Amino acid sequence: MIPIRPIYLCFALCLILLAGLPVCADDATPEETGLKIAQDAHAREKGFSNFTAQQTMVLRNKHGQESQRQLRVKVLEVPEDGDKSLFVFDQPRDVKGTALLIHAHRESADDQWLYLPALKRVKRISSSNQSGSFMGSEFAYEDLTPQAVEKFTYRYLRDEACGDLTCTVTERFPVDKKSGYSRQVVWRDKEERRVWKVAYYDRKDTHLKTLTLENYAQYLARYWRAGQMTMVNHLTGKSTVLTWTDFQFQTDLNDRDFTQTGLKRVR
Amino acid sequence: MLRRTALHILPFGTVWVLSLVFAINACAEIGIDRDFSGRVNIESRWFPQAGAFSGQGAYAIGFFVEPKLYFADAKGRSLTLSPFFRYDNADSRRTHVDLREAYLLLFGEIGNSEWELRVGIDQVFWGVAESQHLVDIVNQIDLVEHPNGETKLGQPMVQVTYSSGWGIVAFFVLPYHRARTFPGQSGRLRLPLVVGDEDVEYESEAHLDFAARYSQSFGVVDVGLSVFNGTNREPFLMPGADRSGAPILVQHYDQIRQFGLDVQITVGSWLFKLEAIQRAGARNLLGREEDYVASVFGGEYTFYSVFDSAVDLSVLGEWNYDGRGRNATPSRSPNTLENDFFFATRLAFNDVQSTEIVASFLGDAGRSTRALSVKLDRRIYDRLSLDIEAIHLLSIDQADIHYDTRRDSFVDLSLIYNF
Repeated sequence: MIPIRPIYLCFALCLILLAGLPVCADDATPEETGLKIAQDAHAREKGFSNFTAQQTMVLRNKHGQESQRQLRVKVLEVPEDGDKSLFVFDQPRDVKGTALLIHAHRESADDQWLYLPALKRVKRISSSNQSGSFMGSEFAYEDLTPQAVEKFTYRYLRDEACGDLTCTVTERFPVDKKSGYSRQVVWRDKEERRVWKVAYYDRKDTHLKTLTLENYAQYLARYWRAGQMTMVNHLTGKSTVLTWTDFQFQTDLNDRDFTQTGLKRVR
Repeated sequence: MLRRTALHILPFGTVWVLSLVFAINACAEIGIDRDFSGRVNIESRWFPQAGAFSGQGAYAIGFFVEPKLYFADAKGRSLTLSPFFRYDNADSRRTHVDLREAYLLLFGEIGNSEWELRVGIDQVFWGVAESQHLVDIVNQIDLVEHPNGETKLGQPMVQVTYSSGWGIVAFFVLPYHRARTFPGQSGRLRLPLVVGDEDVEYESEAHLDFAARYSQSFGVVDVGLSVFNGTNREPFLMPGADRSGAPILVQHYDQIRQFGLDVQITVGSWLFKLEAIQRAGARNLLGREEDYVASVFGGEYTFYSVFDSAVDLSVLGEWNYDGRGRNATPSRSPNTLENDFFFATRLAFNDVQSTEIVASFLGDAGRSTRALSVKLDRRIYDRLSLDIEAIHLLSIDQADIHYDTRRDSFVDLSLIYNF
């Protein structure tokens, strides 16, 4: 019998948490710990304002045949809601100038518009296609669009070594029934909460895909971004390597670049 | 005549494009962002049945070139140029040139709002429906390109857009009218008489046309309200004679005023669509002025990842209505959309080649006119795509103005090189 009343213990734990030490998993439930890790990771992302980057995707089938995609990405932080993002395709050339505008929302379904340059037509499209393949790659739309903390429930599993670092291993369960996944297992390092690996389980709980992230670099002495993401599909043997380059943070982008008028202006 | 013009323009155009390519390379050195892209399309059409008129062949072979030049400074102010040239061996009227785009784009901020100015030749798309584009009126249709009327001619304009939290307002001043393109004597998919392309008649010559549109998204509802005041884009065709005295159909353009509404509601995998217009000042099929209301109404549903595959299956249905009934003018060949149903399915394979198959049916509820179309698009190599389209005119009612196109079902094979 330890002569400390629970209220003091809680107080002490709170102090430890406030001191910014790693999450103390001793007392919290796995669900609370999982959520805390996600919230902490999200908090570290706050304040980036906006960024632009280039994406190159190399799609590889099981025979080793390759095909390439190139796109420009612009992301605007929306403090009280989901982020706004704009994808502009440069390759393959037949879809050059096609652009996808996404207004993500924390609670409701995202809004999406597609710009078709040949017709100069802006089309509002359904955002129910989350589980669909992005440009024929192994990435689904939901793997690439910003995911708010509220879009999952969480469960902390364990800590384990990942390379030279120690990672927390957490399961997350999509809230949206239209997600193609029953769950995802996420490896984040304890120091910076960077994601190093994600295992995706389909609706039948089969291990469908694994994403590994590499070449992390820090921007504005705060924000970490992976330079390379590799998605392997275990059922088909296909893979996609997504390389990010030319990251620029806090550019002069603003709300007006993420409207339907702005969408028609992309080239 | 048009063909001769086109052949004169071709060498000139080549020099022009080449000098621009050199110019854009020079621009790079003074900090101007530039981009050169475009496509070349080699097309062949096969009409299995003999045409209704002598001189109409079974094959048509041709190509089009559509380069696009883009220059922008560090602030995003840009200049876009996109000439177009098509050659067709079977129909001299299909051999034509156009300037699809040649505009200067400027934009800036006023407080929390934004303004945008486009000056020059541009294309504008309004609306939400698939079977026809009722509210879409800014550009003239380049009908010789395809009977579906999806391709447009460049329109000179000054467009001012103001967007803020309460929506987007765009004003258009349209100083020049383009006449619709129609197939020639030896072309397929033509009317009993050739439609003249010279000596076009206007109710008001050199009229300055105006248009405006307000649009806004209210959650899942996207709404557009538009108004157009000026020269009709749809010609009234009246029997006449060309300069040599041969009988032709003369294009006559009335002054009209049109109010338009387009609405789309996007809920889950459903898209609900409505377009409606009220048009005053245009002539009906009998040549009498008749104010009318027309609408297109429908929905689209997509089944994502069907049977655990990557394939998305969309089904859509639309109903077209025109208050003039049998006196409606033909807005989309071969049907006069006074009471017509449109059904389509789209299979998107979401594969590396972006394979897509669209099958559609357009049928008149009151008459026997029915058409079926199947289209396959596939990227066969990084820069090379293949389009195969078959349009089968199942039947055309004898009372329809397009009765003489009843044997003009065709298969179109296009090979597209994108650069």
